Amino acid sequence: MILIAVISLGAIGAIGAVFLYAASKKFEVYEDPRIAQVQEVLPGANCGGCGYPGCGGFAAACVKADTLDGLLCPVGGAPVMGKVATILGKEAAGAEPMVAVVRCNGTCAARPHTNRYDGVRSCAIASALYGGETGCSFGCLGHGDCVAACNFDAIRINLETGLPEVDEDKCTSCGACVKACPKNIIELRKKGPKSRRIFVSCINKDKGGVAKKACANACIGCGKCAKECPFEAITVENNVAYIDYTKCRMCRKCVAVCPTGAIHELNFPPRKETAPAVNVDKVKPATAPKSVTLKSEAQPEAPQVETKEETNQK
Amino acid sequence: MENKLYVSPSPHIHGGDSISKNMYGVLIALVPAFLVSLYFFGLGALIVTVASVFFCVLFEYLIQKFLMKKEPTIYDGSAILTGVLLAFNLPSNLPVWIIAIGALAAIGIGKMSFGGLGNNIFNPALTGRIFLLISFPAQMTTWPVVGQLTSYADATTGATVLSLMNEGALDKMPTLSDMLVGNMGGSLGEVSALALLLGMFYMLWKKIITWHVPVSIFVTVFVFTGIMHLVNPVQYASPFVHLLSGGLMLGAIFMATDYVTSPMSKSGMIVYGVGIGILTTVIRLFGSYPEGMSFAIFIMNGVTPLINSYMKPKHFGGK
Amino acid sequence: MLRTFRIGGIHPPENKLSAGKKITALAAPKQVIIPLSQHIGAPAQAVVKKGDPVKVGTLVAKAGGFVSANIHSSVSGKVNKIDHALDSSGYKRPAIYIDVEGDEWEETIDRSDALVKDCTLSSKEIVDKIAAAGIVGLGGATFPTQVKLMPPPGSKAEIIIINAVECEPYLTSDHSLMMEKGEQILVGVTLLMKAVNVNKAVIGIENNKPDAIAHLTKLAAAYPGIEIMPLKVQYPQGGEKQLIDAVIRRQVKSGALPISAGAVVQNVGTAYAVYEAVQKNKPLFERVVTVTGKAVANPSNFLVRMGTPINMLIEAAGGIPENTGKIIGGGPMMGKALVSAEVPVTKGSSGVLLLTKEESVRKPMQDCIRCAKCVNVCPMGLNPAFLMKFTVYKDWEKAEAGYIQDCIECGSCSYTCPANRPLLDQIRLGKGKVMGIIRARKS
Repeated sequence: MILIAVISLGAIGAIGAVFLYAASKKFEVYEDPRIAQVQEVLPGANCGGCGYPGCGGFAAACVKADTLDGLLCPVGGAPVMGKVATILGKEAAGAEPMVAVVRCNGTCAARPHTNRYDGVRSCAIASALYGGETGCSFGCLGHGDCVAACNFDAIRINLETGLPEVDEDKCTSCGACVKACPKNIIELRKKGPKSRRIFVSCINKDKGGVAKKACANACIGCGKCAKECPFEAITVENNVAYIDYTKCRMCRKCVAVCPTGAIHELNFPPRKETAPAVNVDKVKPATAPKSVTLKSEAQPEAPQVETKEETNQK
Repeated sequence: MENKLYVSPSPHIHGGDSISKNMYGVLIALVPAFLVSLYFFGLGALIVTVASVFFCVLFEYLIQKFLMKKEPTIYDGSAILTGVLLAFNLPSNLPVWIIAIGALAAIGIGKMSFGGLGNNIFNPALTGRIFLLISFPAQMTTWPVVGQLTSYADATTGATVLSLMNEGALDKMPTLSDMLVGNMGGSLGEVSALALLLGMFYMLWKKIITWHVPVSIFVTVFVFTGIMHLVNPVQYASPFVHLLSGGLMLGAIFMATDYVTSPMSKSGMIVYGVGIGILTTVIRLFGSYPEGMSFAIFIMNGVTPLINSYMKPKHFGGK
Repeated sequence: MLRTFRIGGIHPPENKLSAGKKITALAAPKQVIIPLSQHIGAPAQAVVKKGDPVKVGTLVAKAGGFVSANIHSSVSGKVNKIDHALDSSGYKRPAIYIDVEGDEWEETIDRSDALVKDCTLSSKEIVDKIAAAGIVGLGGATFPTQVKLMPPPGSKAEIIIINAVECEPYLTSDHSLMMEKGEQILVGVTLLMKAVNVNKAVIGIENNKPDAIAHLTKLAAAYPGIEIMPLKVQYPQGGEKQLIDAVIRRQVKSGALPISAGAVVQNVGTAYAVYEAVQKNKPLFERVVTVTGKAVANPSNFLVRMGTPINMLIEAAGGIPENTGKIIGGGPMMGKALVSAEVPVTKGSSGVLLLTKEESVRKPMQDCIRCAKCVNVCPMGLNPAFLMKFTVYKDWEKAEAGYIQDCIECGSCSYTCPANRPLLDQIRLGKGKVMGIIRARKS
């Protein structure tokens, strides 16, 4: 009896093994061996922070992509990406690292509210409805669509200013916030040497007087910066200045002459001479106290309610 | 302007309907059935109902306050409604500690574990009832005989219509008029078809529910049991008996029409109602349990998401 | 049994506070602001420049495309500037500022009150005159009228349906127009029938305006082919598709134009504007606007020149009440909340509604309990609760399969929702996205 049982079970096992072997050969899917190699050097946390389903998915994306631009393992950071680059023989993420920059400095203090928005806390919905709670119809609405779009927790609304702030260590320049912003306020700019960069933090196209009335920090298109710039990096179009980051040489002369403080400098050492007051929040290092996150992962539907309570405090 | 205007997308007015209005509306509709149960079961009905409501509200409050850490919403009436419906599905001599367990199952497992009102898949009161039915089959299936107004745990128990039916004792049945009024054994809220129908008309009038679910259940059960009765009148009771007995009325009018766990489109509601009708009849006639209403609703609750995604509302300009 | 549309619908409190009030003409203000986009489609292009003198009825901007409309000066005076101005869209857009001097009209305009019934023009000439006068749908949609009167090849109009239901609560501008300009409206309808070569027209009026129904029925006896049809009060009966369903029992298919059901729908105010344009040579530069609200001292119907700031209208109705929380351009269901009372009256302004603070604020949103009340009231037979969910989760495929693009944005779902969910806010966003996807796929 025992023998029959053993033989029959063994036979079934053998047949199954043969069948499985045949099937695995027959239906084998070729997988680039480099995917496994890349996966090896990744942290293996499967956190999903890169925006892909686990480290395997990210490894496959790295192998498939032509360049590693925009691909970043937030856990491993640059060292890991360097290893990945060596395995794949590709350039490590961006010869020119980029970072998201918020081009609005209309803080709550500088930009008085003219009405109260009472709809869903979503920039997309509010901007489809009207120009916003302040007199400036170009500026940030502060409902945090960019925050919701960011997979890396790199952008948060500062409750004091009502504006989003980019954590440049976390930002992978994936551009999700740029796409999410209905006002096209966020731009990807060159990260700059030692993360130093200068940009016009305003996109208000209204005429100077109108812009100034709506927001004390607005670019009024006066053109002083353009005249001052020795490298012709600044253009003024539609009443708003724009600094071409490929031409800017970081001399900071424009920052000094801007009458409204709309031009921001980031991560520069303090000046010797008395410089005009620049928005202090913006110059703070990235390790500034964390503002409350607007993102809720547990209930994807909930942010509207939660953000309502939080952003109402501004 | 000092006085800032509000700006929001249209519409700018609201009809004033609210979740709590609907919940209290259903509670009002349950009043006649409650009065009848007081008349027939007296003290027992009162104790069971009060205990059930108390424990449901208590557990809802505790879970929301300490586990979910959000503002308790016990005033919206949904926990009270769950408590009343659970009580209506229990025998009037059930000990309080069993009711407390049932309330915990209803609120804790049936509702809060899914995220609270609106997110549960199964009717909370039914979850509680089925939990008790499986855990305490003896206590849950012995119903007191009507008319013992002052007795509670010591009430004498007797057979119900469905248990008689299951035993094939069709000749010992109460009369149809007794069943209509509720002069028979059973869970405290389910006995009086008349009171429950009154509640249904109130809810239809107030537009709390639509006719689709209850009517499709009634029609399905009537037709199915009618056919069986015609085939073999000795073994199978008449369709009227089936309609008036057990938890069918209570289930069809108050449990199956629960907003959260029933389909949203009219066609979906009818599919859902027919499904409940068929399952109930199958369990009653061929299953080992005498009553199948709660299981039928429970099963169809699980199918509801599927019905919702396939049975879309009738589209303007569509076929 | 009165007819109405067959799917969904709600019946909000009517609040027709200004019903029965005579139309009062308001004097022109000191300065008018005439936005260049007062219609759906391409903005008009200004044909005047700073300093140009204009008269009442002078063309100041010509249509900027096929779907666009001419714009005429509503006052006489001088062009002050062409600049951006905040309009009812909530954004600053180009507009012509005109300083008012006197009240001199173009000579071609017949300013007498005499009724001109006869018209010898061909249908083409009528349509051209309508286009020249810059007439757009005056119900609020502001679709250029001449475009609607030129059915695309292959489709044939069988009937003109005149939308006189005025289903929005509070508004009475169409009602008052029917009571005072009944004959002119009927002549206008006759002209519209001639323009699209049909011999049948139905004027649909909701049953809450029995005086208008009786008045027009009496007059219509003298106008062959025009029938007055009382309809059961039901919102949103003024929706084009809903009105066609109510009147001729045909449902326009998803994505199709009303002409596919053989119907051309025009607003009753448009019919009056057509009469004035064709018979009196008067372009569209003034319209009837209801100013109303529970706290408004004197709810009224005003005849207003385009470009008049809305706060002038509110002043004329007794001033802005103390506890005003919201000013709405249009009705409470589909109107737009205005950022300030300085925005000008445009062709689409059917009313100005002032809500008190208590009425203005939305209640906090709760979780969906799937009560299906939104499904029951949706006039397009959609499932708003699911469409909102699809939009929140950005599931555009499912949203399209759920016909989100058919939403007419009537707001019945948000109005009804017991959980106070902002259904329409989200659905409107999703509809825009899905329509964009559909357009991208087609091209």
